[in-house]
Amino acid sequence: MKEKKNGYISFKESREIVKYNKTQIRYYEKLKKRKHIPEEEYLATMRNPENLVEFDDLHTFFFTDTGTVKAVDGVSFDIPAHSTVGVVGESGCGKSVTSLSLLRLVQAPQGQIVSGSIRYRTKDGACYDITKLPQDMMEKISGKEISMIFQEPMTSLNPVFSIGYQLDEVSLLHIEGATKESARQKSIEMLKLVGIANAEGVYKSYPHELSGGMRQRVMIAMALCCRPNLIIADEPTTALDVTIQAQILDLLRELKEKLDSSIMLITHDLGVIAEMADFVVVMYAGKVIETGTVFEIFDNPCHPYTIGLLKSKPVINKKVDELYCIKGRVPSAVDLPDYCYFRDRCDMCTDACAGKYPGFVQLTPTHKVACYLYDTKQS
Amino acid sequence: MEEQVENTEQTAPVPPKKENYFITGAKKLFQAGIPRKSLYDYQNVPPTEEELKENILIVNHLKKYFPVESNLIGRPIRYLKAVDDVSLKIPYGKTLGIVGESGCGKTTLGRTLLGLYDKTTGEVYFDGKNITDYNERQTNAIRKDMQVIFQDPYSSLSPRFSIGGIIGEGVLVHKIVPRNQIKDYVINLMERCGLQPQYYERYPYEFSGGQRQRICIARALAVNPKFVVCDEPVSALDVSIQAQILNLLRELQQERKLAYMFISHDLSVVQHVSDSVGVMYLGSMVECGPTDRIFDNPMHPYTKSLLSAVPVPDPRRKKDRIILQGSIPSPANPPSGCRFHTRCPECMEICKTKAPVYREYEGGHSCACHLYPQE
Repeated sequence: MKEKKNGYISFKESREIVKYNKTQIRYYEKLKKRKHIPEEEYLATMRNPENLVEFDDLHTFFFTDTGTVKAVDGVSFDIPAHSTVGVVGESGCGKSVTSLSLLRLVQAPQGQIVSGSIRYRTKDGACYDITKLPQDMMEKISGKEISMIFQEPMTSLNPVFSIGYQLDEVSLLHIEGATKESARQKSIEMLKLVGIANAEGVYKSYPHELSGGMRQRVMIAMALCCRPNLIIADEPTTALDVTIQAQILDLLRELKEKLDSSIMLITHDLGVIAEMADFVVVMYAGKVIETGTVFEIFDNPCHPYTIGLLKSKPVINKKVDELYCIKGRVPSAVDLPDYCYFRDRCDMCTDACAGKYPGFVQLTPTHKVACYLYDTKQS
Repeated sequence: MEEQVENTEQTAPVPPKKENYFITGAKKLFQAGIPRKSLYDYQNVPPTEEELKENILIVNHLKKYFPVESNLIGRPIRYLKAVDDVSLKIPYGKTLGIVGESGCGKTTLGRTLLGLYDKTTGEVYFDGKNITDYNERQTNAIRKDMQVIFQDPYSSLSPRFSIGGIIGEGVLVHKIVPRNQIKDYVINLMERCGLQPQYYERYPYEFSGGQRQRICIARALAVNPKFVVCDEPVSALDVSIQAQILNLLRELQQERKLAYMFISHDLSVVQHVSDSVGVMYLGSMVECGPTDRIFDNPMHPYTKSLLSAVPVPDPRRKKDRIILQGSIPSPANPPSGCRFHTRCPECMEICKTKAPVYREYEGGHSCACHLYPQE
C-alpha cells in the first residue's frame, strides 16, 4: 500500500498489469478483426429519430503499463441534427477520446472501446452502431459523413505533400467517379469556400508556407470536402490568436448553415461554447456531469464543477478582486475513487456525497446533472 | 541612491553619432549593416530623477533587429524588426500587461529588456540605474533583481535537476542565504507557492502542468527579485489551474511589492492582473495606458477589434464584432506607413504612406494612430 501512495508500483504489480492488459487487448482486437460480421450485429435503431448521433454508455479504456485508464467511462449524450453540441472540460477529461471513439481512431492496441454503443444515422437513413461496424464500412463513413478538424493544423497536415495533393486525396477516395481534374476543381472550390482569396496559389503550396490561421482553414476545407453530416471540431481555435479565432468561428457558423450539418465542438474555452453551441455537455474525469441547452448551462449552472469553471475564468469588463479557484486537481485516471470524483475539490459537499457515484437528476427535459445536491431537493 | 543617479546622468545622454563609426567587436559589426538613420532617428531624452524614483523599469526606444539575410562577406543586409521602437515605464509594485497576436514581438521585448537578447539600440533604466551598457559581470549582478517565468513549464525545467536543485540554484549562485540554510529557505518558499515539502527531492517529470508552473514561480522568486517578467505563465494551463496561478501571483505581488510585466495574448487575463496595458502590433507599441481606459475606451482600431474578438461566456450577448481580415503580416517585410493599415477597418489615405506618431493623450493614454491629432 505504501508504494501506491507514492505513485510507484512494485515489480509484481506491474507484471500482473501487463499480463491482464495482454489478455484484454487480445480479446478486443480479435473481436475487431473478424472477417464476416453479421449485419444484425451492427444495425441499430435510434432512440429518437431526430438525433444524428447517440452516445449510449460508452466506455473507452486505455490499457497502459501503470493500470487501466478509464478515459471515457459511461458517457451518454445525443447530437441532434442541424445543431452544435459543445463539449467542455479540462485537459484529460476524455473529451477528445469521446470524439475519437466516434471515428474509431482511438490509439490501438492500448486504447479500446470496451462497451457501450454509438448509434449513427447515415445520409440514406440507415442506422449503425459505430462501435461494432466492420472496418470497411467505417472507412466509407469516416471522412465522408463524419469528418474531423484537428487541434493542431501543423501536426495534422503532412509536410511533404502539397496542400492540393492532400485535398484531392479526399475527393478521390470518397466521391465516386472522381477524376484528377474534377478533384482539383473541387479542392479549389472548397478553398474559396473557406475564405482563402488566393486559392490557386494555396493549392500549390506546402503546409509550412502558410500561417496558422490559413492552415486551419485548409483543415476545415478538407473536412468539408464531402459535405459531411457531422463535423467534429477538436479545439479548432486553441492554437490561434483571438482575431484569427473570431474569423474561424465565424466561418464555421456560416458553413454550418450553408451545408446544413451538425457540429460537435470540443473546447475548454467557455466563451467559445457560449458563442457557438446550442447544447452543452460538461465532462469531468471521463464522465458527463451536466448536460443542457446553452442557456440552461450559462444561466443556471447546477453542478459545482460547472459553477466553478464559470467563476474561475476572468471575464472582460467584469472586475473581481480575487478569482474563484477550484482547489486541488483532477484525480489520477488510473485509480479513481468509488465516490463522486469531484468530492475532494467540491465546496458544496454533503453527507450523501460519501456514497457511490451519483446518477443523473433530470431538472428539465433537456437539463441533466449528476450531483447529490439536486437529488435531495427533488425527493 | 544619489550616487547612482549621478552616474546615470553622466552616461545617459548618448546621441551616439560619433561612436557608431568606431566598430568595436562582433556585436557592433552586426549593427553596421543597419542604416544609421533608422537606428538613431529619435531624440533621446533621458528620464528625470523623479521618473527614475517612481519607476522600476524605464525603456526608451528599444529596438531589436534580427539579421535574416546576409551578403557574401557575411554582413547582414536585411533585418527582421522584432521589436521596433518601444518605450514603456513600469512603476514599483505595479503590473504592466502586454497583449498582442503571436509574432508581434511580445516575448522578444520581455527577453530583450532582461538582457537575454542583445539590444540593437535603446536604453533600459532599471531601479534607478542605466543598465544599457552593462557588461556581463554587471548584468549578472542585477539578474538577481529581475527574473522571468517562461511560457512553457514543460520545457523550461531541467529534467536532470531535482525540484530543490532547480529552486536552490539561484540562491546558491547569488548567495542569498548561507549554504547550510538553503534547504530550509527553499522548503519555506515551496510551501508559500503551494508545493509540499516532500517534493524537494522529486524531479520535474513527476508533476502536472500547474505544479510545474508553481515550481517556475518559486524559482523566479527564490532570489528575491523586484521585477518579474511573466511570459504567458497561464496560457498552457487549464481554466481551474489558471485561476490558482493568477491568485498566487497576485498574493505574492502584494506580499513582496513585486513589479510584473505580464505578457499574454488572453485579454481577459491581462485585464484581471494589470494596472496598465500595452498593446503591441508588429513589433511596435500601438496603444498604452491604464487598464480601465484601455478596456472602457480603446483608441486604436486594433485594440477595438482585439477586444471585440474575445469570446464572452454569455450566450445572450449580441454577436456583432469587428472581424479583422487576413493575418498579421511578416515582420521581416512590414507594410509601409502605418503597419496596421492592411487590416484596419478605418484605414485612410494617409495611413498608407505616413507612419503615425506614438504620442500621449489625456489620462496617460498613449496611442499611435492617424485618427487622432498628431501634434
